[in-house]
Amino acid sequence: MNNSVTNTARLLGAGLRALLVLTLVTGVVHPLIVTGIAQGLFSGKANGSEITSEGRVAGSTLIGQSYNLPLKEGEETPAADLKWFQGRPQNGLGTNSVNTQYEIILSGATNRSGDNGELIQWMKDARSAVVEDNSTADHKVKPGDVPADAVTSSGSGLDPDISPAYAEIQVHRVAEKNGLPVTEVRKLVDAHTEGRTLGFIGEPRVNVLELNIALKELAAKN
Amino acid sequence: MGPVTAGLLQLLALIGALALVHIPLGTYMARVYSSKRHLRVEKWIYEGIGADPDTGMRWPAYLRGVLAFSLAGVLFLYALQRLQGVLPGSLGFASIDPDQAFNTAVSFVTNTNWQSYYGEQAMGHVVQTAGLAVQNFVSAAVGMAVAVALVRGFARSRTGELGNFWADLVRGVVRVLVPLAAVGAVVLVACGVIQNFSGIHEVGQFTGGTQEWNGGAVASQEAIKELGTNGGGYFNANSAHPFENPTPFSNLFEIFLILLIPFSVTRTFGLMVGSVKQGYAILATMATIWLGFVALMMWTEFSHHGPAYELANGAMEGKEVRFGIGGSSIFAVSTTLTSTGAVDSFHSSFTGLGGGITMLGMMLGEIAPGGVGSGLYGMLIMAVIAVFVAGLMVGRTPEYLGKKIGTREIKLAALYILVTPALVLVFTAVAMALPTPANSMTNSGAHGFSEVLYAYASASNNNGSAFAGLNADTQWFNTTLGIVMLLGRFVPMAFVLALAGSLAEQRPVPVTAGTLRTEKPLFTGLLVGAILIITGLTYFPALALGPLAEGLAA
Repeated sequence: MNNSVTNTARLLGAGLRALLVLTLVTGVVHPLIVTGIAQGLFSGKANGSEITSEGRVAGSTLIGQSYNLPLKEGEETPAADLKWFQGRPQNGLGTNSVNTQYEIILSGATNRSGDNGELIQWMKDARSAVVEDNSTADHKVKPGDVPADAVTSSGSGLDPDISPAYAEIQVHRVAEKNGLPVTEVRKLVDAHTEGRTLGFIGEPRVNVLELNIALKELAAKN
Repeated sequence: MGPVTAGLLQLLALIGALALVHIPLGTYMARVYSSKRHLRVEKWIYEGIGADPDTGMRWPAYLRGVLAFSLAGVLFLYALQRLQGVLPGSLGFASIDPDQAFNTAVSFVTNTNWQSYYGEQAMGHVVQTAGLAVQNFVSAAVGMAVAVALVRGFARSRTGELGNFWADLVRGVVRVLVPLAAVGAVVLVACGVIQNFSGIHEVGQFTGGTQEWNGGAVASQEAIKELGTNGGGYFNANSAHPFENPTPFSNLFEIFLILLIPFSVTRTFGLMVGSVKQGYAILATMATIWLGFVALMMWTEFSHHGPAYELANGAMEGKEVRFGIGGSSIFAVSTTLTSTGAVDSFHSSFTGLGGGITMLGMMLGEIAPGGVGSGLYGMLIMAVIAVFVAGLMVGRTPEYLGKKIGTREIKLAALYILVTPALVLVFTAVAMALPTPANSMTNSGAHGFSEVLYAYASASNNNGSAFAGLNADTQWFNTTLGIVMLLGRFVPMAFVLALAGSLAEQRPVPVTAGTLRTEKPLFTGLLVGAILIITGLTYFPALALGPLAEGLAA
């Protein structure tokens, strides 16, 4: 009996020592070396791919933002600022936690299933909003033209991109609100449309923050 | 080029890359686990442990090593989380509550990485880097060690010795996982994954105001998270988060890392049992199932049946634009057919049948190609069962790789495959029958049932992905899922090691005209059939109540 207790204790001791030594290797030395290489070679990327606009940091090219008007009294959520290109709906953030509107970058999805009544309602609302917001006097958006990414929330709730189709729908509205010619804005969208990597990896996309920064510069010039 | 074509080309590129790399890596790993030499750094580590790496262990001693090391891991990780509030480098986060700390500790030690916490709001630098990420390495190395012990059971004869656990563990970490993870981490940083130790800080936004960020050693954790088929995200959104998976290329690269060791180790197996062809037969079985599942997943996600997706004109809910449907489908299948459980898109919002495919992937026992190590030993157990079934058909004593599959061997294999279904079905039934656990469901009806079934399937198979609508941070789920993860990891391992011990003692049977040729395509077909039939019969009733009901209603 005594013998087996001693043996068990000895074995556990070995287990614990093994864990501590391997913690040193994999939990201290390894991350420090990787951090050193990362900060040395790719410091911009290792620190979050920050991007500047008019001399100040305007966020990360990798993290989605909201482009809203200031919150008015009596409103629960601020209205979208239609001067700027808008990203995807991000319902996951609102429902998963206290965080809304990107104040902290808490990530999450809605996790609603394809037959969930609430999700279906969100999509209907989002689609009518997209149609209404983007229809101008001489350009009417048809509900059938609204692409899937304009009415669905992303997995992270921080998706920085929209599909080229969703950007195209917004061109007339953005041009009107900024007093720019439609062709100029469309050219801007084309310049900021990134194709598939090597022609086949991923999907074509438009980075909303980069596009809006370029739009701001263009509007300032005119 | 349409998205379907692009998805298929990504699949082809992935297969090409794996086909290219599995040969050198598989050969290298066979050398690592057979070598008599110790590296200098390994000698230091053995000195620290106080273990002699050259002592052969019989299966009970090997198992005791696994258990002692894992118990130490659970205790250490539990203590680290409970003390977080007073540790430096914790970003001001509080200590984790006991039930959640238990759940998380067990989850990472068992290679499950089920997470009932929000990473960016709960875990500081010290717990993430020196606690969770460490288990990503060592739990994977434990899985590989057990797999190698089983392979030695087939390869050796008239000895009970399966090798030395400490040596297998340390070599797995030092010679295989750390070098690959370091290269992987640097590639990920080059794509845009963050790697820093900054605290929570404010960053300006386009329309004014600021955003609160937390930094972290994300890339160094991300690489091993995929490579070790662990899957625990640094952030709540896991590999959907742009700081974990920033580009389409990083997405494909992460899938590659997930599949790299599980597929390559089949060559290691072939070399160690002295027949590369036997390894190819196992590889072909894994690849057939994996490819079939990817094809099914792409079909259902691209055709997007279901009221919400028909309205939206695409199953993009819970998916990122940069990955699209193709990249998300390949990731979802790869993560659930291995024991990874990382997600780049949210399975709960997949189509009804797509969600069912992810669940079925886990229910197959995660053997196609399965977790690091656990995939190989799970598949070899299925091979033993398949050989046994074939033996019954022709009335011959079954044998596999020159070893007789007698009463003792088949009992151990049968017990192995009964453990996880028993855990999944019993605990799901109890959770559904009790009044409170059901309150955790976000969706109701068939999908709500799927959330609970998915949770127990994920925990007992040590996967860790979730139909994340389920609010699992309750005492009931934290505790029962923790117990299920422990039993689902270590009870099967005990049967594997016992089987290995019994095989190693046998003397080899010579190959005769009546021997079933297990390196031929016929056997691969038999094995695929056996896997699908056994799993199908076990889980069909439960799947019919959940994803099938949802998918057929759509």
